[in-house]
Amino acid sequence: MGLSTYSGYLLLKNGKIFDPFNDKMFSGSILLKNGKIDTVGDAGLPENCTEIDCTGKIVTVGFTDIHAHFREPGREDKETLETGSLAALAGGFTEICVMPNTDPVLDTPESIRFIIEKAAGLPVTIHPIGAITTGQRGEGLAEIGEMVRAGAVGISDDGIPLSNGLLMRYALEYGRMYDVPVINHAEDISLRGGGQINEGELSTRLGLSGIPDISESVMVYRDLALAEYTGGRLHIPHVSSRKSVGLIRQFKEKGVNVSAEVSPHHLGLTEMAARDFDTNLKVAPPIRSEADRLALIEGLIDGTLDCIATDHAPHTIEEKEKDFINAPGGMIGLESAFGMVHTVLTAAGASTQDIIKWLSVNPQKVFNLPGKQIVKGARADLVVIDPRREWVFKEENIVSRSHNTPMVGMNFTGKVELTIRDKYIFRTAD
Amino acid sequence: MGNLTREHFLDLETAPRQDLQKIIDTAYTFREVLDRPIKKVPSLTGRNIVNLFFENSTRTRMSFELAEKRLSADVINFSASSSSLTKGESLKDTVQNIHSMKMDAVIMRHPTPGSVLKLTRFVDATVINAGDGTHEHPTQGMLDMMSLHQKFGRLKGLKVGIVGDILHSRVALSNIFGLTTMGAKVTLCGPPHLIPRGVEDLGVRVDYNIDDVIDWADALNVLRIQRERMGVGLIPSVREYRDFFGITAERMKNHKKEIVIMHPGPMNRGVEIDSVVADGGQAIILDQVLNGVAVRMSILYLLLGPNE
Repeated sequence: MGLSTYSGYLLLKNGKIFDPFNDKMFSGSILLKNGKIDTVGDAGLPENCTEIDCTGKIVTVGFTDIHAHFREPGREDKETLETGSLAALAGGFTEICVMPNTDPVLDTPESIRFIIEKAAGLPVTIHPIGAITTGQRGEGLAEIGEMVRAGAVGISDDGIPLSNGLLMRYALEYGRMYDVPVINHAEDISLRGGGQINEGELSTRLGLSGIPDISESVMVYRDLALAEYTGGRLHIPHVSSRKSVGLIRQFKEKGVNVSAEVSPHHLGLTEMAARDFDTNLKVAPPIRSEADRLALIEGLIDGTLDCIATDHAPHTIEEKEKDFINAPGGMIGLESAFGMVHTVLTAAGASTQDIIKWLSVNPQKVFNLPGKQIVKGARADLVVIDPRREWVFKEENIVSRSHNTPMVGMNFTGKVELTIRDKYIFRTAD
Repeated sequence: MGNLTREHFLDLETAPRQDLQKIIDTAYTFREVLDRPIKKVPSLTGRNIVNLFFENSTRTRMSFELAEKRLSADVINFSASSSSLTKGESLKDTVQNIHSMKMDAVIMRHPTPGSVLKLTRFVDATVINAGDGTHEHPTQGMLDMMSLHQKFGRLKGLKVGIVGDILHSRVALSNIFGLTTMGAKVTLCGPPHLIPRGVEDLGVRVDYNIDDVIDWADALNVLRIQRERMGVGLIPSVREYRDFFGITAERMKNHKKEIVIMHPGPMNRGVEIDSVVADGGQAIILDQVLNGVAVRMSILYLLLGPNE
């Protein structure tokens, strides 16, 4: 397992090739040569060619995650651009948008360039997201124009909600000039209070302060109303509640320019998983009820929610070993993402092709990224998936520098086996 | 398997009825010990117990210490400010130091719910919950139940009102779980925003009218109004709280019925309860204190003592 390179020819033969950007699926082979696609379809077999048998497997484009935390600069003990890239490849992702809540915050064109330059030699493309306000302090707009010019693909204060409605209005209006999404962590922090998990029967039983679903939905409503009013480009991250899904659906029907993402953990888990106070289940927004989970799945399937994004949030063991109130929120997600969503969503009636679109085409569209092609001459940017493969997500196979995830030990159906980017090839553990 | 069905004493939510009954039955025998001239038995001679308190406590810590000493255990006390935990020292660090000293049991109080369960993963000693934040205070729940049992001779069918800030009360939660397991009926009474949403799912009633609750109940457990737990402005004024929820002398005089009054202490006299009531014939508050020692002896004995 792990990362290696190939040179010369590499043949992915006898797979089902799925091009999600053109919604085409056909049987055949793909011949790669030195990091580029040489032939698609009925490829011949040149000399000195490595062959990979893809019978029964799907060969498709690499995934895009528009919401991840790689902790560089500042907390390289949790993750770096490099270790995050390897975790991405292990999950089938070849393009990652990283959030600006680093230390220092990504709030200047210099910091945006730092990320782009540092990531230039990595096998994964990393797109930085710039902060909306300087230092994520929620006081004044950061140099958004300069950051976009330097390569920022969106703006967000990440986990810190823009509580000031006027500032959110300005961000949406100002952002129109650049056509980048404004991403606001939708949470009314006064309603959240000291909340630790979803407010419900479990929070009452455990004596943990609850976070009501309305702490999200009232902020979602405010942001939707502002997007409608300003014509700005709003993107709502990690939607967690049924009420928020309903509001987004309502505003989309009115034609408001909004997109939304959902995370694998909100699709696959319920609040009850935190029964034993496992700090790996502490996450913002919290994992909610079964009714919320089902509404998220329905929202994804009917198009209310546009795409899947991991909110990959590495934290050290030491931090997660703290007590529930003092432990930080968040879980890693890149490596378990496909297994989790494929298991949950196929059971709900979605096809593997739908799921691939939610992980590739839709996130690319939401962030105005150029898309990917499976044609002669294009760069190699492919994953090989076994949709029927049953596997267990094991801690010893985690590639990320951090191991904070409640998914360890879970059984999944559908596995990314290979990720190929340019001359790099990543084989996941068996 | 030991005398109880589980090796730790962490909560009343999941504790089976048979364990609760056994703890109460055994506590009665220790009540007798506490009435003797020599109030000590050798049951836990040679056993090492640490009282690990990350939150200020006088009464609970004293009660545990006395229970441990009455059972002839060797006792050490460790008090750490909860601020040392937020400064980045993990619970694991602190606890492993203590673990190295080869303790048989750890009695822990901590400001965070679930911390006591977490402790069981870091040490192989027996763990007893002396209050984990706003989660549970199971030994308090047991002593409240023993006191009710002593007064009424039964718990099944008994009507118990719990009055005050239910939302922030570990005493309330342990009482709810323990009493419903034992077949008692529970009504919660307090300001509506200080009663958890959906608490009826735990098998209790909610009534905001204290006079109706007094008419209904056999006993009231009056909670301390913990101002330090609250955000600013949760209770408009002492006057208003007293008028609507206070167990005042006047209010009790208006009710003809005899009703038993409990309080987990320490009391805010003149706020949630008047001195006349707290010191009057209806109150069993001082019995609760002595029963607290007996119940803790019982739990320690059943977990650490010889198998019966």
